[in-house]
Amino acid sequence: MSAKIKIATTSLAGCFGCHMSFLDIDERITELAEVVEFDRSPLTDIEHCGPCDIGLIEGGVCNSENVHVLREFRKNCKTLVAVGACAINGGLPALRNFVSVEECLLEAYRDGIGIDNPQIPSDPELPLLLDKVHPIHEIVKVDYFMPGCPPSADVFWTFLSALIAGREPKLPYELVHYD
Amino acid sequence: MYEHLETAANPAGLKRVVVDPVSRVEGHGKVTLLLDAENRVQQARLHIVEFRGFEKFIQGRPYWELPVLVQRLCGICPVSHHLAAAKAIDQLVGIDPADLPPAADKLRRLLHFGQVLQSHALHFFYLSSPDLLFGFDSEIGKRSVVAVLADYPDIGLQGVKLRKYGQEVIRMVSGKRVHGTGAIPGGMNKALSREERDYLLQDIGQIVDWAQAAVALIKRVHGADRAFNDAFATIRSNYLSLVKADGALELYHGGIRAKNADGATLFDHYDYCAYPELIREEVRSWTYMKFPYLTALGKADGWYRVGPLARINNCDFIDTPLAEAARVEFKQQLADQGLVHSTLAFHWARMIELLHCAESIQALLHDPDLLSGELVAQGSKRYEGIGVIEAPRGTLFHHYQIDDNDIVTKANLIVSTTSNNTGMNESVRQVAAAYLSGRELTEPLLNQLEVAIRAYDPCLSCATHAVGKMPLQVELVDAAGQVVDRLTRHGNGEFARGDAG
Ligand code: SF4
Repeated sequence: MSAKIKIATTSLAGCFGCHMSFLDIDERITELAEVVEFDRSPLTDIEHCGPCDIGLIEGGVCNSENVHVLREFRKNCKTLVAVGACAINGGLPALRNFVSVEECLLEAYRDGIGIDNPQIPSDPELPLLLDKVHPIHEIVKVDYFMPGCPPSADVFWTFLSALIAGREPKLPYELVHYD
Repeated sequence: MYEHLETAANPAGLKRVVVDPVSRVEGHGKVTLLLDAENRVQQARLHIVEFRGFEKFIQGRPYWELPVLVQRLCGICPVSHHLAAAKAIDQLVGIDPADLPPAADKLRRLLHFGQVLQSHALHFFYLSSPDLLFGFDSEIGKRSVVAVLADYPDIGLQGVKLRKYGQEVIRMVSGKRVHGTGAIPGGMNKALSREERDYLLQDIGQIVDWAQAAVALIKRVHGADRAFNDAFATIRSNYLSLVKADGALELYHGGIRAKNADGATLFDHYDYCAYPELIREEVRSWTYMKFPYLTALGKADGWYRVGPLARINNCDFIDTPLAEAARVEFKQQLADQGLVHSTLAFHWARMIELLHCAESIQALLHDPDLLSGELVAQGSKRYEGIGVIEAPRGTLFHHYQIDDNDIVTKANLIVSTTSNNTGMNESVRQVAAAYLSGRELTEPLLNQLEVAIRAYDPCLSCATHAVGKMPLQVELVDAAGQVVDRLTRHGNGEFARGDAG
């Protein structure tokens, strides 16, 4: 049991599509489960990750909570992997970087369709928003980048198989071309 | 019903218990409880803690990018966002749903049945089955799909393969399992080839059988402790969904029907393009997710639930035979008078829809229209488009306006999970009041709050899209974690810099 490779995964400012693509390994999940144990992940009920071998991060950084989660991952994971366009360069959510947050807030609260009781949610339970969406390498050191939106299931499979076997991962051209 | 637990009368001095993140749901959320000295629950809230800002930043883009842009709202139901946007942009090029070429209409339906099938399988088998098979307060190591695959390999693998099949349907139609391209203004970009059709036909018989087994499984699970399962997290509510013209269950296109908790019809075949009159959304200070309600009934009484339970409650029948038989049995078993309000019955309703999707895919694959025929219709430009679809989690609204240069100037999205906001909060409070209040709160016990939320299959990823849910403060943190700047909005709407508020 304890000889298993420990993997943690999380989604920051992403769409969950990278996690879905990971699950697209389909039945191979049973093979993976033989050698891997999942720590914190949307698939388990573990809320904070402990020491792990591999951390997979989907999504960029858009609020203070994302920063905390990312730092926790970096601290605990020997190898940290930026998964997908959002983690690597902010991806589609980073389109927000072209709009001033102030403008964005004002327009939304004055002009939203069908809005009742206009006010800006302001509760200590809500994390603070950053003014820009950042790729994760701007906050922590990243060991590998797995490109795609999302990377295909075969990218996950090839990449993880290599890491688990202790090899340097190499992705053939067919797996990293863009469509 | 449990509104009194939304806000504690005297929050000072209460003990805070938090479930963060809510796990095995798609996206980010947390639950907080405030307890008094005797562990009695005084306040319970589900907070949605993320924001991404789609409605604002897609403004300024050409409208034909929308179906591909907005599907990045969500990787679990990207096809639903893709198609809701597609239905809206059809209108921008002057095409109403009835004018879409039959081949394009059927390809989109096939795509969407694949989407709902895979999403329902994902939710039931990957995310919820550990609760249902091992018990709500089982040890943490049991609460994942990996444990299900180890202890119930047949059930687990059928779930994996059901989802895989739905994803393959999507891939055959759109080229990619997650974020493919298919819909274009007025139609679709390609037909299905004979080889692709034959590939999907190979396994569909097996998929229908497994979907039937899934219905039988949830019936058995729910029936094992009827009294508990009927009551857990259960609340009475209004229900809203699309239905076909003849009242049948509908996932792709129809009119809006709403029923009240007693089963009386509030609206029927309501034209969704008039949705701004039908629905308003209330903002509350403690969550980024708004609270939609039916304007006619008002804030207090107008909230409603959407999704599989709403659709099964609202429709008169299902137009595929096996799912219809399953629906009749569901109603016989659970609806003593009128509608089914049991929150855990969402799972059962979801599996009936899974079966309906499998049967519908089977029927469509035999339809020669999929392989050939006109794929795009043309009309003349309009400036406003509204697309509504039944996403896996419920009714989904996309609304866009464009200018003379075809650039998006306004966007409004009401995602399914947002419509269930009041329902999820009420269910959380019901569980807090009925099962947790006055007890020593252990981690397995707290899982019950998540079980209540999970029944709705909330897609918090979808729900955190909107710009209308921003926090009071905006903080700029540099790479070293230092707060560099801070923006605060005051009650009068003015902004101040550097003010921690
Ligand atoms: S890279 Fe693409 S699939 Fe992955 S989280 Fe970002 S938008 Fe979603």
